Amino acid sequence: MEDFEPRIIVFACNWCSYAALDLAGTSRMKYPPNFLVIKVMCSGRIDPQFIFEAFRRGADGVLVAGCHPGDCHYIEGNYKALRRMTLLRKLLESFGIEKERFRLEWISASEAEKFVSIAHEMYREIKALGPLRIEEVSKIGEA
Amino acid sequence: MKEVVINPITRLEGHGKIVIVLDDAGNCVKAYLQVPELRGFEMFAVGRHVEDMPQITSRICGVCPTAHHMASTKALDDLYKVDPPLPAKKIREMVYNIFMLEDHALHFYILAGPDFIVGPRAPKEERNIIGVIGKVGKEVGLKIIEMRRKLRKLIEMIGGKVIHPVFGLPGGISRPLSGEIVENAKKIADEAIGFAEFTYKVFKDIVLNNKEYVNLITSEAYTHRTYYMGLVDDKNKVNFYDGKIRVVSPRGVEHAKFDIHQYSDYIAEHVEPWTYIKFPYLKKIGWIGFVDGEDSGIMSVAPLARLNASDGMATPRAQEAYEEMYETLGGKPVHHTLANHWARIIEIIYAAERFRELANDPDIASRDVRNIPTAIPDVGIGVVEAPRGTLIHHYETDERGVVKKANLLVATQHNAARIALSVDKAARSLIRNGVIDEGLLNMVEMAFRAYDPCHACGTHSLPGSIPLKIYLYNTDGNLLKIIDRIS
Amino acid sequence: MEKPKIAFYWCASCGGCEESIVDLAEKILDVVNLVDIVFWPVALDFKIKDVETMPDKSVTVSFINGGIRLEEHEYVVKLLRKKSQLLVAYGACSSWGGVPGLANLFSREEILRCVYQETPTVDNLNNTRPKTKLNIEDIVTLELPEFLPRLLPIDLIVDVDYYVPGCPPTPEVTWKAIEILLSGNLPPKGSVIGASDRSLCYECHLNETKPEKVLIKEIKRPHEVIADPEKCLLTQGLVCLGPVTRGGCGALCVKAAMPCTGCFGQLDEVIDYGGKAISYFASILDYYNEEEVEKALSRLPDPMGTFYRYSLPASRLRGKIKIMER
Ligand code: SF4
Ligand code: SF4
Ligand code: SF4
Ligand code: FES
Repeated sequence: MEDFEPRIIVFACNWCSYAALDLAGTSRMKYPPNFLVIKVMCSGRIDPQFIFEAFRRGADGVLVAGCHPGDCHYIEGNYKALRRMTLLRKLLESFGIEKERFRLEWISASEAEKFVSIAHEMYREIKALGPLRIEEVSKIGEA
Repeated sequence: MKEVVINPITRLEGHGKIVIVLDDAGNCVKAYLQVPELRGFEMFAVGRHVEDMPQITSRICGVCPTAHHMASTKALDDLYKVDPPLPAKKIREMVYNIFMLEDHALHFYILAGPDFIVGPRAPKEERNIIGVIGKVGKEVGLKIIEMRRKLRKLIEMIGGKVIHPVFGLPGGISRPLSGEIVENAKKIADEAIGFAEFTYKVFKDIVLNNKEYVNLITSEAYTHRTYYMGLVDDKNKVNFYDGKIRVVSPRGVEHAKFDIHQYSDYIAEHVEPWTYIKFPYLKKIGWIGFVDGEDSGIMSVAPLARLNASDGMATPRAQEAYEEMYETLGGKPVHHTLANHWARIIEIIYAAERFRELANDPDIASRDVRNIPTAIPDVGIGVVEAPRGTLIHHYETDERGVVKKANLLVATQHNAARIALSVDKAARSLIRNGVIDEGLLNMVEMAFRAYDPCHACGTHSLPGSIPLKIYLYNTDGNLLKIIDRIS
Repeated sequence: MEKPKIAFYWCASCGGCEESIVDLAEKILDVVNLVDIVFWPVALDFKIKDVETMPDKSVTVSFINGGIRLEEHEYVVKLLRKKSQLLVAYGACSSWGGVPGLANLFSREEILRCVYQETPTVDNLNNTRPKTKLNIEDIVTLELPEFLPRLLPIDLIVDVDYYVPGCPPTPEVTWKAIEILLSGNLPPKGSVIGASDRSLCYECHLNETKPEKVLIKEIKRPHEVIADPEKCLLTQGLVCLGPVTRGGCGALCVKAAMPCTGCFGQLDEVIDYGGKAISYFASILDYYNEEEVEKALSRLPDPMGTFYRYSLPASRLRGKIKIMER
């Protein structure tokens, strides 16, 4: 378990959050290297299906990051994300996925530090939880 | 000893398998009916919105979805302590009788009919609905199909869907009936009466006029003396939709008559390790194994049991037919399993008559079909007579109406022990000196089909299928041969 | 010319899919004229043994309904795959698991315990449970097929050529699918046949009353309101899944003033029905901060049974997942 290194997917909105991640990088702030970032145009573009898919394909955690309420470049996108992710969170619970493995955060272009502190926290929590193992059910005998 | 396996048992709802053990002389010493099905409805009901249960539990069985839908909806009335307006009750009861009628017709003509109409010893290629049509003529065949289509269309118009209806809600039904539906119902009800009379005639001509069949019906191989259970109204007449549960002893004496809320005082379920189905029995009598008689808690449900447990039918033509059957078969109760087919026809007549009464009741055109519940839900129990017998749904919820616990006692289950008895006895008396031919094996299956058992229903608890296979064993316990009836 | 050979089989089925074929009514006679039915346990007296002796690929089309819940289902479905040129998943259960697929929220142990030990009427002091192999007095060993750990749609077990959606498919949809299959003009493998390729709303009689942009304040459960049968149910706060469900049934439930629960499943290109459904449904909740959204959603305590009623085993996560032991 000690050697377990979680894989965490970040879906980041192009206009703020991705810029914040960029900033963290160029300012040489330190955060765990376990985050794989996927850039999307707006958090409103993130379909819950993407998050299921990420978990299915081996992610141990998922972070969705978008502009602060009111700042979305497409006006309502992040409100849609808020509603979707709130409902998604309830479902993930019923699927047996711990709440620490999924977060929705508002991160503006200048909030590199906020991202870094969230990253540390998620890394720590998920490492403590251990890997998320989704059994391969294509072989019927397993479970 | 030899073992014979019939797998799958065909022409019934759900899967099944019969294992017959033969001694060296080729005589049957024991037969087992195994139900290899389980799906776990009681478990996954937990966590669901309780108002979804009428639609979720109907998926226990797509042959009698209306029965589950209705038992479930009645459990919701009870759970929310809301009494539906009278018109809603009448519409529900009307739909329910239409359903009983078409379902019994399915069984008589398509599932069991081939045995009688085409004949139990006919080749397997002919023992099916196509064979039935060949025998009764295409015109008559089409008439049967058309009647069922009309009845089922009417259920769809009222219930939303015919397979898995959606209209039941606590306190009533989802919407009032349009004028068009009401007119349609009246028209179809008249046709239904004609159809019921016609079916009675077919039964008399083909079955009762054939000495061989009558002997078969009354033969000892198909006879068991068990308790009988069914819903009755306040005059002890058969009622499919509502009433009290009445149980009579093998001698025809009332053993109990109780309100559905007391069901768990009277009924318990026994578990056997060789089948997925559970065996309900009368708690006050007790479980003493697979034997019949006064001291054994095994009871029977479904058409014959309902008639045995009642004092008659609430409609005139059905009452006449009821009297005729008991006169012919020597009084009540009748213990011959195959008389279930006869009883089913009597119920077809009753269902048609009751349908016509309700279709012509001005109330069913009323707009007042729903009372919105206001009470906080906790426990609800509902019961109906499904085509295959008494059906009980019981739910417990939290205050948000989320299911915490569910119990489902399904018709086929109540009959399971008696069916096991029947198959065993039929096999013992029919299979002698190693003679096992197709026709004989079909006659063993007939013992079983008479109940119209639905293993999808019976094993809602487990996953569902009912094949029939025959295994031949010798006395040393070696498997000599597996016969799949046709080999 | 020889007639095409057709087989029907049911796995963990309720029998409704079988009935839906009988509901072809008069048309069933046309079917019988067009094809030879070589296996159909519910209606004909042929046994599995008959299928075993058929040459490979000698059955033109096999229709399978019900999901895979027992070892035996797996066996027969694989057998029919071998014997058939085309294999069709018929109905919601075989396509995506269906209602019995909700059992995937529980383990096999939980299910067996609940059914054989915990229901209020069960009388089982010895904790007896069905056994897959049981020797009785050294005479006979009775076998039951294994209850598998999960229910699976058939395409996780065998290659599926086409899907016919619905719980059950309506006779119209079934008939269309049969026509397509017998036409010789086959659509691409993996297609859903017989139903529409647009959402249910397009064929719903209430679609005209649905505004371009739906927003709802309060979620209503069906027992809490008397719905106006002339107005789009979604706009009345009922969770109608018409917008994300494949059309084809003619909006049967909505005609009875009950919301669509999604039995025709997903549209093409959707990979996870429930994911798509929550995406749509959440987006129309007219709230702008987390507490309010939470509060609105608390009116719907069972999102799983609501959005994955027919498709949990086909979801990306297949059901409740197992977290590795720590
Ligand atoms: S899809 Fe529906 S009708 Fe068909 S078997 Fe499954 S539950 Fe029954
Ligand atoms: S949301 Fe439902 S009621 Fe409204 S148009 Fe679509 S299917 Fe019809
Ligand atoms: S309205 Fe929806 S749930 Fe009802 S039959 Fe049509 S697709 Fe299925
Ligand atoms: S643009 Fe950043 S959330 Fe919409």
